[in-house]
Amino acid sequence: MNFEAIKDLLYRLGDDDLILGHRNSEWTGLGPILEEDIAFSSMAQDEIGHAQAYYMILNELFDEPAPDIIGFHRKAEDFRSCKLVEYPIGDYAFSLIRHFLYDVAESVRLQDLTRSNFKPLAELCKKLLREEKYHLLHAMTWVKQLGNSTDEAKQRLQQALDFAFPLAFGIFEPTAGSAALAEDGIMSAEADLEAHWLTEITGLIHDSGLQVPEVKDKTVGYGGRTGQHSEHLQPLLAEMTEVLSIDPTAIW
Amino acid sequence: MKLNSLDPRVSRADLPAEDQYQPQDGLNQWQTYEVFHQKSRGTQHIHVGSLHAPSPELALILAKEQYARRMKCVNLWVVRTTDVFASSYDDADMFEPATDKSYREAFGYKNKEIIRKYKAELEHK
Repeated sequence: MNFEAIKDLLYRLGDDDLILGHRNSEWTGLGPILEEDIAFSSMAQDEIGHAQAYYMILNELFDEPAPDIIGFHRKAEDFRSCKLVEYPIGDYAFSLIRHFLYDVAESVRLQDLTRSNFKPLAELCKKLLREEKYHLLHAMTWVKQLGNSTDEAKQRLQQALDFAFPLAFGIFEPTAGSAALAEDGIMSAEADLEAHWLTEITGLIHDSGLQVPEVKDKTVGYGGRTGQHSEHLQPLLAEMTEVLSIDPTAIW
Repeated sequence: MKLNSLDPRVSRADLPAEDQYQPQDGLNQWQTYEVFHQKSRGTQHIHVGSLHAPSPELALILAKEQYARRMKCVNLWVVRTTDVFASSYDDADMFEPATDKSYREAFGYKNKEIIRKYKAELEHK
């Protein structure tokens, strides 16, 4: 097994969840209605919990630092998250569409990983899928509801989709270790996962009465997997670690 | 004037300053649903509260996080509040018996002892 490639994969998985979890937690107290505020915040908490679980494998099996150190003490260029998750929350239509695109992708990837030859990850993903089921249902029900409602709702969702959809291909940006992971039966190739996701998401977008945007360049969201991030990651990290950096040695 | 806060998320949210806030009509919201929660299979669903939702499907989705994120849960029901027919509190006196009906109440029977004895006999066999 190529352990460097597995390590990199765990960082990608954890960082995507941590950054999106933090982003989505920015809605706490500001959500469109109380009930949705609570549901969205709760899912953000789930994502951060998933990140911690991936970091825990890195810590226990690969001798990487403790999860808190991995999460809160790295520079932007050391993160392996994709660009999609870094973007500011925007209006609720964007946050909802991003959650929809991301959680369909995550559930495709987690399903694949339950068959992984790297058993600790396969076992973890089986557990995470339980929460993922709700995330998926939440995203799909909302998009379907709003996509089939008023003209304003449709227009705002479509606009958000047109912006986020090309970026979402960055979730599947191929990495140096992708081929090795597929060869060792750790995880299917990014291209195969992407194809699976595209079939699923295309069907769901149609069901929601929205148009699948034309994608001229699917590499616009690339870069995150090699540490080349958008301008949004650094400010996010600064804000996320603002209290911690007052006294980095404080015990919580 | 925009709302300024120590919380950067609030300042970014582009909200009107407090004195310029336009209160919303209290009835401009979606309808409410009543939520019933079941702890384990075979037990009764218990009414736990209500919530706003635009459709029964979303009421179920939102009910999961409002009412089942701490308690153990195997099943949820949602019912439109308007579908609940309720008696009037003005008629509450009809629930008060006019004569002694304590014979209808099940206390006073010493069942526990009988059941324990029966169980012990079963185990003995």
